[in-house]
Amino acid sequence: MPLSFYKKPGLVAYVTCGDPDLATTREIVLAAIEAGADVIELGVPFSDPVADGPVIQRASERALRHGTSLAQVLTLAAEVRVQAQSTGLIIFSYLNPILRMGMEKFCKVARAAGVDGVLVTDLPVEEAGEYLRAMREYDLAPVFLAAPTSPDGRLKRIAEASRGFVYAVSRTGVTGARQELASDAKKLVKRLRRLTRLPVALGFGISTAEQFAEVGEFADAVVVGSAIVETIERNRGREAAAVGEFVGKLLAVSCQLSVAAR
Amino acid sequence: MAALEELEREYERAKRDKKFQARLTELLTTYAGRPTPLFFARRLTQKLGGAKIYLKREDLLHTGAHKINNCLGQGLLVERMGKHRVIAETGAGQHGVATATVCALLGFECVVYMGTEDMRRQELNVFRMRLLGAEVRGVSSGSRTLKDAINEAMRDWVTNVRTTHYLLGSVLGAHPYPTMVRDFHRVIGREARAQILKAEGKLPAAIIACVGGGSNSIGIFYDFIKDEKVRLIGVEAGGRGEKLGDHAARFRGGSPGVLQGTYSYVLQDSGGQIALTHSVSAGLDYPSIGPEHAALRDSGRAEYVPASDAEALAATTLLARTEGIIPALESAHAVAEVVKRAPRMKNSEIVIVNISGRGDKDIGIMRENLKLD
Repeated sequence: MPLSFYKKPGLVAYVTCGDPDLATTREIVLAAIEAGADVIELGVPFSDPVADGPVIQRASERALRHGTSLAQVLTLAAEVRVQAQSTGLIIFSYLNPILRMGMEKFCKVARAAGVDGVLVTDLPVEEAGEYLRAMREYDLAPVFLAAPTSPDGRLKRIAEASRGFVYAVSRTGVTGARQELASDAKKLVKRLRRLTRLPVALGFGISTAEQFAEVGEFADAVVVGSAIVETIERNRGREAAAVGEFVGKLLAVSCQLSVAAR
Repeated sequence: MAALEELEREYERAKRDKKFQARLTELLTTYAGRPTPLFFARRLTQKLGGAKIYLKREDLLHTGAHKINNCLGQGLLVERMGKHRVIAETGAGQHGVATATVCALLGFECVVYMGTEDMRRQELNVFRMRLLGAEVRGVSSGSRTLKDAINEAMRDWVTNVRTTHYLLGSVLGAHPYPTMVRDFHRVIGREARAQILKAEGKLPAAIIACVGGGSNSIGIFYDFIKDEKVRLIGVEAGGRGEKLGDHAARFRGGSPGVLQGTYSYVLQDSGGQIALTHSVSAGLDYPSIGPEHAALRDSGRAEYVPASDAEALAATTLLARTEGIIPALESAHAVAEVVKRAPRMKNSEIVIVNISGRGDKDIGIMRENLKLD
């Protein structure tokens, strides 16, 4: 059961693979795991990342400039798996690269690489029949995004189709840091609680230790993406170390506050 | 998804609402200038020496292209939904201008996303949109063209979905857009069918229209689909060559894939990354094609051919000099196909070419590319 959270709140850390290059991504991922990340989202760069804000857009462009592909990301996943057996690994991709590889082949290679789950940003649960069948067949956990604007009926479908955890989106919009946590977030997590016993991870716009701790008060885990990608962007040459420090800082503050809150 | 479902519900209701339809028809008539004429191109017919050529004059509509049909339809839907902010993407600027126009007419706030490369080559339309009160936001990611403008409009929409309607300008994107946009353009084919029957007492042998996303072409094709003897011919941008990146002919170099919520033919590389495209015409410069065109092509009901930049430019000059009509560079691709095809057809056969827009917006590009005496 690698898709589980060993602390509260757990940390799901996203990286865009191939930014600045695949070897560095591997070091970054291992540093994040070392610093305590429970689940790693291996982002597959895509030419048209409609769900992403400027930070991940820039990272995707950098990664694509030297041709980072889904196949390479799966190889990277296998390498990480060898060194980290108990960390959850999720492939985070847009649909087209997966379709191009072939759903069946993708699932097979992902399973063999030791991947635990898959999140396809632009595949809504309503259109996911074939995908869900393949996920089941290869014992991969599908993770779907739940938005604050989703009505209860849709949240229910998302919760039922998800395995491992449900990914709650803190606000309407694309990925990227925000000054304040939207009031939408808490409400959404509450609504999801009524519908599922799966852990709920909250993401989009969480970039500081304070926000991380605040979310930890009501969600099981926090997804941090753009803030990590920005750390990579700003620390050329010492990316892995910088991400390790950043992740450590997030988890440290959260633990202290959690203890105090109890 | 919730917004798409709301839109679908509201659209289905509006479709059955006689008041809505009456208001749309009134605006199409008194504001946009429908019906548009079906014009017999006598000198072009003589010059090419074959099929009798008719032109469906969508270029005579208010704002200069067919795009206004869809904008008026969706504009009235925005009123029904009680939203007050409208966003749109634009390539050539025609859809942006039509959207800005309808927003001025109905009193909505309007933001248009446009690739910075397109802003450069369609400068005049940028000014027109601003004059109409719209805010034009340049998009400088990716190829800086239509595809990237759609990405940015989608990002805006998911962020402001509670107050904002995304007035998508082609038969692309997630359901219900391809169906709804087609329905708003069906009037082109409905009129053309009645007009040709009145003028000639028979149906045409072929309909020719250019295909970017595919809104003008599906609009003129749709009411002829059941007339199995009428050949439906879509013309894609052949650009400057057959290499990936040099054209926008999805049926020549594309394969099935998903872009921006649509499963259709897509120009992409072996890893599923979307390819860059090229066309002299900004409105055809897009790596995917409306899914209904993909279905028509796969079933064999419609055929799709490319016309190159050079062929489109030559067709522009030809139409200007034989008929006194300067077509938009998009529509010139359809004219280029009739130039190739009409001479091989019988004198008794009729072909209708959809002149989807007028060429005023392209005068700058024509000047750069056409060496006139």
